[in-house]
Amino acid sequence: MQNSVNRALADRLDRMARSGSVSRRSFMNAAAAAGVTASAATGLWGASASAQPKSGGLFKFGIHDGNSSDVHDPGQYLSRQQIYLAHQYRSYLTMIESDGSLGGDLATNWSANSDASEWTFEITRKASFHSGKRLTSEDVVASMNHHRGESTTSAAKSLLEAVSDVRADGPTKVVFTLSSGIADLPWLMTDYHLAICPASGGGIDWESGDGSGPYRIVDGDWGVGFKLARHDGWHGKGAYFDELEMLVLNDPNARQTALVTGSVHAVSLIDLKTSALLARNPDIAIENVPSAAAITIPMHCNVAPFDDVNVRNALKLAMDRDEIIEKIAFGAATIGNDFHHSPAQPYWPEDIPQRQYDPDEARALLKKAGMEGLKVSLSTAESVFSGAVDMCVLYAEQAKKAGIDITVVREASDGYYSDVWLKKPFCAVSWGARPTPDVMYTLAYKSDAAWNESFWQNDRFNKLLLEAKSELDDGRRAGMYREMGMLARDDGGTIIPMFNNFVYARRKDVMRGDSVAASWELDGARGPSRWWFG
Amino acid sequence: MGEILGLVAKRLGLGLVILLVISLIIFFMIELLPGDIAQAVLGQGATEENLAAMRAEMGLDVPAPLRYLDWLGGAVMLDFGNSIVTKEPVAAAIGDRFANTLFLATYAAVIAVPVSILLGVLVALLRNSIFDRVANVVTLSFISSPEFFLGYILILFFAVKWGLFPAISNLGEGMTLLEYLERAFLPALTLVLVVMAHMMRMTRAAIISLLASPYIEMARLKGAPPWKIIVRHALPNAWAPIINVVALNLAYLITGVVLVEVVYVYPGIGQALVDAVSKRDFPVVQACCLIFAATFILLNLAADVGAILTNPRLRHPK
Repeated sequence: MQNSVNRALADRLDRMARSGSVSRRSFMNAAAAAGVTASAATGLWGASASAQPKSGGLFKFGIHDGNSSDVHDPGQYLSRQQIYLAHQYRSYLTMIESDGSLGGDLATNWSANSDASEWTFEITRKASFHSGKRLTSEDVVASMNHHRGESTTSAAKSLLEAVSDVRADGPTKVVFTLSSGIADLPWLMTDYHLAICPASGGGIDWESGDGSGPYRIVDGDWGVGFKLARHDGWHGKGAYFDELEMLVLNDPNARQTALVTGSVHAVSLIDLKTSALLARNPDIAIENVPSAAAITIPMHCNVAPFDDVNVRNALKLAMDRDEIIEKIAFGAATIGNDFHHSPAQPYWPEDIPQRQYDPDEARALLKKAGMEGLKVSLSTAESVFSGAVDMCVLYAEQAKKAGIDITVVREASDGYYSDVWLKKPFCAVSWGARPTPDVMYTLAYKSDAAWNESFWQNDRFNKLLLEAKSELDDGRRAGMYREMGMLARDDGGTIIPMFNNFVYARRKDVMRGDSVAASWELDGARGPSRWWFG
Repeated sequence: MGEILGLVAKRLGLGLVILLVISLIIFFMIELLPGDIAQAVLGQGATEENLAAMRAEMGLDVPAPLRYLDWLGGAVMLDFGNSIVTKEPVAAAIGDRFANTLFLATYAAVIAVPVSILLGVLVALLRNSIFDRVANVVTLSFISSPEFFLGYILILFFAVKWGLFPAISNLGEGMTLLEYLERAFLPALTLVLVVMAHMMRMTRAAIISLLASPYIEMARLKGAPPWKIIVRHALPNAWAPIINVVALNLAYLITGVVLVEVVYVYPGIGQALVDAVSKRDFPVVQACCLIFAATFILLNLAADVGAILTNPRLRHPK
């Protein structure tokens, strides 16, 4: 068994290395797991020593997923256009650094009481809005309250559900009181909804588009693009470009030609089918970064035949994930291991054995359960993700070798998440990235969660989940998440074929640091303020 | 002349009734769309209370017929309401976009109409020659390929290989007319290629069908040169069908540009309409569709008036 683990990890490492540009942290994680010593791994990586950044220039980047109907209201942030723009013209309390660690944006320091139920964030004195107004703790409090309370329309309401009070303690301190301990609160503050806007009349002024980010909006239209110029009062590091131009290029071909002809310096997503051809262009660098976004196939654990753990595990073993990644994701995905915790998230347990395709073992498990010749229906729709139907058909073929007969049911795309998800006992689902394993597990694996998509009940898992929430000792927390991962993998009701990678590209005259953040495309959506022209 | 004004007034009145019916159909079709506006705006992460608050804010807790009447009340006063998603007035939300689309359509029309009519006259003159065949095959292959495919081919050669024109047609503030024309050239050319065949072939067919008439024979016997027969004698009588086809194609230029806009990232009304439909933003969808419908009605009216003006016989119906 141990050998197959090492081989799986070595393969993963090899894939990462060949893809050229994984984040350094993931690379080191994988390298360590594969038994490569830290110094050797650093040596492997060290070829791309970082150059000294220089200032100047107009950086143009093309982005996908931009609508004319988008708005500045941070509670309604949803499209990539809003998320990318938000990270240029607004600030957050904390941010995910390029190396994947948690750093401060507006907050210079944060600390919790012993059970993590009260957090104090210290706000930098240097921050100011583009209007010239100084940013204080009042603005932070008002911005958080925008997402709280009965009548809020913010989609981040559930994220801040446990926050019972936010108050200012002088102009530079904000205190969060929680109804139960959350050790992850500083990580949650990186959520894209929680942008800080100027306080105004009991609420916030989001309409004017004022912010305290590295760039201020000069002009622009939603669904078309924005021009931005450097904010001279920016409190952080970076912001090397003088000006930015963000162009909405929804069409994949338009993005690609714009990049190839030099109309833009970077694009947020490239077409996976043609990425190999694009990679041949000597002027273009492609990033292929593991993300925390996942494809899942939940099985309802309270419905026969999925109420038998042997059936669940047989279905997990009947999937050849490598083939799915190669044929459906064109290699731009990280293999899943049936626990919803991605290498792009903190506390990722690297030593959990990778589940391999094993039709014989699956057949044996079914025999044990008395379910030989199992017949099940798997629901899916093209809108789940590009290739969702193909993935399910491929999986059905793979499962035949284990004597499992999977009928793929193609459902209507419109209304899939209201009519199929949580209703049909076996279906394909696509999940966006969440910052920490706690957020993900609480949302979709906790026994009483509204979105517990597999209706999985495991007392030990739920007990650990609650304990880990307020555990401030990183080592102990990592241990808990490892055990939870094992439980989900071997008892849980969710098959996780893969985590999608972010695949984006830039022209080679644009330089970046040693690594790129895995939270969003374009270096955690902060590339425009982290990169520079070489 | 009085009859024409009467006809125009009657057709405009009918047009308003058609617009009313269309607005009713659009409203109920949007109501029939599955899914929920609040969900579309807030995404998967929203809670039930969230969605309820959002619906109340958007005014969706009011019954549908009342919402329609409310909108209609504003619309007859030329106030098309506010977008329910962005809260912006509809006119502000789509005004610029519509102006861009109009500019692109005009740009394409200014090239396409004279060129196709000229080509139509030429191929009628040189009918059944190699030139006729080639022109027909080429224009027919353009009209037979989807716009986005034509667009990609043009981008490949004009932008990527030869670098003559920009691959994306994003417009900016403070661009000169010349820059505008350069930026919008490839999308305009795509549209020209798409509409040309129809107009050229109609011109050719209309002229050739007249060539068998006795008065053309007379002209020929009189010794008039072929080009004169076509331009002086046949063309004036062929205008009516040509004008009809031109009007239809002009309407197409405005309403059918969505794909071209997407391929070239041109900030026109098509993209705004697609976004509005996906968010079920009824006032914006309504405004876009009414603009399209009004375009068709007006251009058809113009075609009929034009046909009457060029043909004295139609002016005095028996």
